[in-house]
Amino acid sequence: MKIDRRSFLGLGLGAAAGIALSPVGVKLTDDSSIWTQNWPWTPVPEDGKITYDRSVCNLCPGACGISVRKINGRPVKIEGLDDHPINHGGACLHGISGLQYLYDPARIKTPLKKTGNKFEKISWDEAISLVAQKLGEIRESGAPESLGLITGADNGSMARLFDRFMGAFGSPNTYTMPSLESNLAQTAAALHSADRRLGFDLDHSDFILSFGAGIIEGWGSPVACIQANASRRERKAKLVQIDYRLSNTANAADKIIAVNPGTEADLALGLCAVLLAKNKISTNTLSGDVSKLPFAAMLEKAYTPDKVAAITGVNAADIDALAMAFIKAKAPVAVPGKGRGDAGSLREFAAVQALNALAGRLNKAGGAFVMCPADYLSFPENVVDATAEKGAGKAKLAGSVNELADKLETDGGLSALFIYNANPCYALNAPEKIKAAMDNVGFKVSFSSFMDETALKSDVILPASIFLERLEDVVSGAGLAKTVVGLCRPMVNPVFDTKHPGDALILLARAMGAGMAQSFAWESYDACLEQVTGKIWDTLSGDGYVVINDKPPVGTPRTDFTFLVSAPKAAASNGEGEYTLVPVDKMRLAGGAMASSPFAVKTVPDMVLSGKYSVVEINPATAGVLKDGDIAVLKTAMGRAKVKIGFNEGILPGVIGMPRGLGHAFNNPYVAGKGANVNDLIGPVIEPGSGLDAAFGIKASLSKA
Amino acid sequence: MIENKKVHKFGMVIDVDKCTGCGACMVSCMSENNVPFKEDESNKKDSITWMRVYKLTNGKSFPETEIAYLPRPCQHCGGIGDHGHSPCVSVCPATATDYGYDTGIVSQIYTRCFGCRYCMGACPYHARYFNWWDPKWPEGMENYLSPNVSPRMRGVVEKCSFCYHRYQLAREKAMIEHREIEEMEYQTACTTACPAGAIVFGDLNNPAHKVHQIVKPDPHPDPMNHKVVGKSRNPNVFRLLERLGTNPKVYYMSEREWVRKAGDNYLKGEWENVKTHHGASSSHG
Repeated sequence: MKIDRRSFLGLGLGAAAGIALSPVGVKLTDDSSIWTQNWPWTPVPEDGKITYDRSVCNLCPGACGISVRKINGRPVKIEGLDDHPINHGGACLHGISGLQYLYDPARIKTPLKKTGNKFEKISWDEAISLVAQKLGEIRESGAPESLGLITGADNGSMARLFDRFMGAFGSPNTYTMPSLESNLAQTAAALHSADRRLGFDLDHSDFILSFGAGIIEGWGSPVACIQANASRRERKAKLVQIDYRLSNTANAADKIIAVNPGTEADLALGLCAVLLAKNKISTNTLSGDVSKLPFAAMLEKAYTPDKVAAITGVNAADIDALAMAFIKAKAPVAVPGKGRGDAGSLREFAAVQALNALAGRLNKAGGAFVMCPADYLSFPENVVDATAEKGAGKAKLAGSVNELADKLETDGGLSALFIYNANPCYALNAPEKIKAAMDNVGFKVSFSSFMDETALKSDVILPASIFLERLEDVVSGAGLAKTVVGLCRPMVNPVFDTKHPGDALILLARAMGAGMAQSFAWESYDACLEQVTGKIWDTLSGDGYVVINDKPPVGTPRTDFTFLVSAPKAAASNGEGEYTLVPVDKMRLAGGAMASSPFAVKTVPDMVLSGKYSVVEINPATAGVLKDGDIAVLKTAMGRAKVKIGFNEGILPGVIGMPRGLGHAFNNPYVAGKGANVNDLIGPVIEPGSGLDAAFGIKASLSKA
Repeated sequence: MIENKKVHKFGMVIDVDKCTGCGACMVSCMSENNVPFKEDESNKKDSITWMRVYKLTNGKSFPETEIAYLPRPCQHCGGIGDHGHSPCVSVCPATATDYGYDTGIVSQIYTRCFGCRYCMGACPYHARYFNWWDPKWPEGMENYLSPNVSPRMRGVVEKCSFCYHRYQLAREKAMIEHREIEEMEYQTACTTACPAGAIVFGDLNNPAHKVHQIVKPDPHPDPMNHKVVGKSRNPNVFRLLERLGTNPKVYYMSEREWVRKAGDNYLKGEWENVKTHHGASSSHG
């Protein structure tokens, strides 16, 4: 067939008409649109019935109530619990991201045993019998006191169970990581009486004098504090912030008093001296107090406005005016604890509390409360045999966890160490020294949920279920002016082969047999909790919380000024350099034993973390040749780190502010390996008389990298 | 067919003076809306944050330095004259983003989006984010994803939806019970999370709602700039780049003049006029 023009056009038109009419084109377009919208690698979360469950968050001492949204029983979201007496529906970013901790890449999935330098999976039975055997050997050797315990919190049934274990085993060597709560307890013990805690009634105060406390940056119970600050405007309550930099709290304050870092105690004593000199202390305030005359004499002699001005950098007239404003307010309160409140010397805490005492603010609404700890736990008598009694009666190896590292380096240290709810190899100053000291302990057992810096150093890990997987009583503390016991409930079955640390202890005691087993005769931790909370269990399990006390305690407690009279002056920061390096707490970076979640790290601004560098704040006036954004080497007597320079007009000249909570070194690419750990650069300065690490700041130098 | 014929205009007012910059809103948003995360999120240009908290300073040196935190969700613009022609909606060639005339919410339909990113260029608030990579959750973490919001895929744009799924759930419940949605039934995740109570959310068309009472939106166009509708009659309330006539439904509030001034870029002398004009149209009220 000959193809002429006519048939060519005909065929062409025919083909065009055919294609246009055929369903193939439409079908192909349709298919391609379906295909291009087919993303099999994108998860399709399973739908189902929505339910809400109540629990309590125990990531920090805040003890906030949470509501967990579930789909077919699968938790998908954590929110603040609306009718909870502590947080009233509010939540913080760490609590909201709680579900990320469930599936954290650094979670420990099974019990582990270290062989050489590697961890090996073992079963729970093996793990328990291994630890029980080692502990048995220690007890048989007649030195049960060589078992140590480092723990995070000091309250609640878990702390009591660990104490009970140590008691039945026969060791006094329990050490608590420094926290606001432990600092306040120590302050109460020094000034008032042992076994008391301090609360600050921010909700009802009309004049809050904060000595560097990060009231909206994680101090105390963070959500409750943010709420107390938010209501200040309506209540016409003033906030005066004493700080060395423009923190968020300082920015929110009505007035900022710039002070040389580390001289807060001197300022507090200076204010006391003004009150004394102006006869503003009512006589009955001081009735029954101890050492008030030597204290008054000391104030008169050593803390005159001029002397205090020279130390703190605050001028004498301002000190005078501040003291008068404080005493003239209706319900003033002085709040100690820089940043998150877990650092600082006892002298500083005690000096601030002394100001509350002299101003007659103890146990008054809007003042400082000296409270009895929540007494809701009644344990059966502990079974203590002769070995245990002898061991427990021995002197503690060190006065505090800060002093422990030194003692461990010498002979006769600990032969075994339990670590629960603590990460000393990251959170204490000079963590490299702590790690080296840990090497001197023969057998380390970690109850961690995450393979953090300290867990990496241990020999056996009995992995703990996290707060979303377990039952536990959570007691408020951390400077809160009321006492609330909340119930943390399992929201989900343990995701991995982990156990409640309480159950691990019970199993361990059972494996050790004899008296130990009798002391821990419960079937499970859950059964134990129900028994020991007897009085309040019904309300606790029904409502999810019990308000033990929310009124000012009755009566004025006695104040003993002996410690303050003899307290040593703040040690000057050691080392050399033209700057003072200080750690800075940020709300969006977690502290203590807890590392931040991926979500929390994501919210950290590039003014704090830039790539792999921590950004340090420095006043442009004292930056020398360094420019904003430069990479520099920060050097102190303890170590060096590469950091990025961030100019900040709001920091005292000569001070370098470095964020805390960065520089983790473990296997979680979303959280670790970012920035540097400021604790690596600061050496501990142990305060005599308290054992606290009083180091706040260290001399440092900066040079361009 | 939606029986509920009443036209809503959902919006929020954020008290910048109350905001502490704590970041709870950002995380609540991420957790609510299945927002993914990468190993390194310190490059904020590719870090997907539907809600982002900006830090502002007054530029003065210590001790006069002041800072303020400004949370920025999608502004849900009504466009010039508030007719629904939001900057992003006007440019989308795929109708992947649309204006809801019954709610005032600007939607984003991920499966329609083909990633041209015109909307990102058009948005004056940097509220839109592009997925340069497929989302990747560490092993097991996909278990916490919510079925109410689809996870996105590489090549599409995403942004704040005023937690539209929460509106849908509340609306369904109200419809079954033959009633209107109550104010507290539909609240965004950022609003409920804020520990400082800095965010107030509700229906700007409903005088009973707190957001309306704070903002007091002027129903008439601004006599000096007819593009602008719904200007606040509260002298402390402002919107970002208000003069553009994008008519955002997110309002900000501050007692501090420098913060209000930071809401726009003013030429020398311009602010004095705007400042005195602010709230002047209260004669309409």
